Amino acid sequence: MTTMAVKPSVPVGGRVSKKKTSPGGIGRYLLVRFLLIFPTIFILVSMVFWLMRTTGDPITAAAGGRLGADQLAERIHAAGYDRPIFVQYIEYLGQVFTGNFGTTISTNRPVSEILVTYGTATAELVFYALLVAFIVGIPLGMVAAYWRDKAPDAFLRVFAILCYATPVFFAGLLLKLIFAVWLKVLPVSGRATTSSELEMGFLPNKTGIYTIDALQTGDPAVFRDVLSHAVLPALALGLLTAGVFLRLVRTNVIGTLGTDYVDAARSRGVNEFRLVSKHAYRPALIPIITVIGLQIALLLGGAVLTETTFEWKGLGFILIEFIKARDFVAVQGIVALLAVIVALSNFIVDIIAALIDPRVRY
Amino acid sequence: MTTLNPEATHATKAPLWTRLPVVHQLRQSIGLQRGMLVVGLVITGIFILTAIFAPLLAPYGYSQLRDDSGPFGAQQAPGGEHLLGTTVGGYDVLSRVIWGSQTAITVMVVAVLLSIFAGVALGLVSGYFGGWLDRVLVVVCDAVYAFPALLLAIVMGIVISGGRSDLFGGILAAAISITVVFIPQYFRVIRAETVRIKAEAYVESARVLGASNGRIMFRHVLRNATRTLPLIFTLNASEALLTLAGLGFIGFGIEPSSAAEWGYDLNKSLSDVSSGIWWTSLFPGLAIVLVVLGITLVGESLNDLADPRLRSRRAPGETAGVVAATSVVPGGTLAAGPGGIDGLEADVPAFNPHPNDDPFEAK
Repeated sequence: MTTMAVKPSVPVGGRVSKKKTSPGGIGRYLLVRFLLIFPTIFILVSMVFWLMRTTGDPITAAAGGRLGADQLAERIHAAGYDRPIFVQYIEYLGQVFTGNFGTTISTNRPVSEILVTYGTATAELVFYALLVAFIVGIPLGMVAAYWRDKAPDAFLRVFAILCYATPVFFAGLLLKLIFAVWLKVLPVSGRATTSSELEMGFLPNKTGIYTIDALQTGDPAVFRDVLSHAVLPALALGLLTAGVFLRLVRTNVIGTLGTDYVDAARSRGVNEFRLVSKHAYRPALIPIITVIGLQIALLLGGAVLTETTFEWKGLGFILIEFIKARDFVAVQGIVALLAVIVALSNFIVDIIAALIDPRVRY
Repeated sequence: MTTLNPEATHATKAPLWTRLPVVHQLRQSIGLQRGMLVVGLVITGIFILTAIFAPLLAPYGYSQLRDDSGPFGAQQAPGGEHLLGTTVGGYDVLSRVIWGSQTAITVMVVAVLLSIFAGVALGLVSGYFGGWLDRVLVVVCDAVYAFPALLLAIVMGIVISGGRSDLFGGILAAAISITVVFIPQYFRVIRAETVRIKAEAYVESARVLGASNGRIMFRHVLRNATRTLPLIFTLNASEALLTLAGLGFIGFGIEPSSAAEWGYDLNKSLSDVSSGIWWTSLFPGLAIVLVVLGITLVGESLNDLADPRLRSRRAPGETAGVVAATSVVPGGTLAAGPGGIDGLEADVPAFNPHPNDDPFEAK
């Protein structure tokens, strides 16, 4: 911590110094951060396992009441759920390590297959939502900071709080009601119309990410269809994060607007727009990048609700289906995967933050 | 508070009511910030009153399907006997919205109180004793903190209620699920404060005098570490409501026969929206938005007022004393009491005997 913080000679880009790493340099920081992923994932996966298992074995949960006691015991034995719980735990950890999350009870499909099929849909939704959040949140935050305590600021702050205060599913329902039901300009739900899905189904190398698949078909109608389906879910989920970005940008730009170098730039005759959008905004970006890590967790949680609202067939949508079917093997797998994604994205965000700002590395 | 002679400080203190947490900030605030705080307080007040007087305000019971003139009927448009219409299940929307405030406030209070107790106890012990227990707790809490809150609440919901929403368990299950999500937040705040306060001179002197660990923890450390809690409290109360609604929306709700819950009602209205029925979703949703908005406005304003960089300033002359007193640095803390406000007023008079009658205000 001390060596890096004191050395001001490290370039802001940081990439040059990466190769000739000194102890306490960025190389060591990366390594420590990387190693920290494992206990985090381990704790989350273990927590999910033990919590879920306190409710009993998954087969009784899924099929209890429908099967006789003998049949039930037989199936529990076949699946190995009658062995000591600790043995099962070790086995589960081994499975997770190799990317095997077991087989669902209700549909008898490998959980990892479900994760791939539906995970791409969630990734697409989260990407669009982040896009909305950036496009809406960052410029508005700068506007609010520039007119601090004036009418635009008051309006935008209330807007930001409203973004936070509106549950994503209620925002989704309202958007649906206005744009899909009353104005009839956008589709009500789903990821694409059946005809588009059929057309994309014939592609030789499908990605599962509809935007890319639609481009592959080369049919503008399919592409337009896919995009129009994404607008409302992305708005509902993105506005939630847009409010957070708006507030962060506002607070940080206010902080940097008061600094000497902004005054210096102003005295040199830099115009006000450039002053806010370049000089004050750049340093304010660092806290935003560090917060994106936490936003990923929020977005994934929100994605569960958004997907349910719009029948967007992603991980959240299927998670709820499995919860309804009381298929806890699948639930455990999905939750574990999401935990891994969160841990990894936190790691990536930490790395980016360290590359941008040398003070972060300790 | 702990180290100052109470007699001496009381002589210079402002009247008691101005030192109460919210009242103090209300007097401190100006302009837009005061406006936001007042609006937030009014909305929150209406919400609390609605919850208390729900039995008087609601025209029907939350699980009532019929009155003397027969069944209500499903999806009746607003107007007439049912001011806000009826739901797909045949409940009166207005009554459900009003009764829902009771469920919301119960879950919020239970969840936040439980997590404060658990989080504060863990943070205090962890920060005070340090060692391996501290390290393990920090890593675990960081992991839980990084976890999507709603997913964790879902897992807890499955654990507590086994995925079913039974009669009484619903409220408790929701509250405990939310509690688990919030514990790391309180833990982190209290632990950080404890580690800092542990090094203060007055803790050293207490130890030299032979005070037990328990006494130091509760009398010296805890009372000085809790100044930020009211802020987290308000911010978390709104998050608790959002989590409750989220749980209700995905089917961990409380059955309509046992209580009214807005998230559950929104879930049931999902199919209504496609057929253009707006009243079943609009009103419960608005209720959530308004309550979260009100509480968040209060929390945000308190937060801004506690942060000298964000506080709108009345005039330069006044801030000197107030900044020194409110910033979370050693010095202010020595005198700060449980609400984090005692010490503030105590040293303000040295600069300005009447903080709100500022001589510079005239310009």
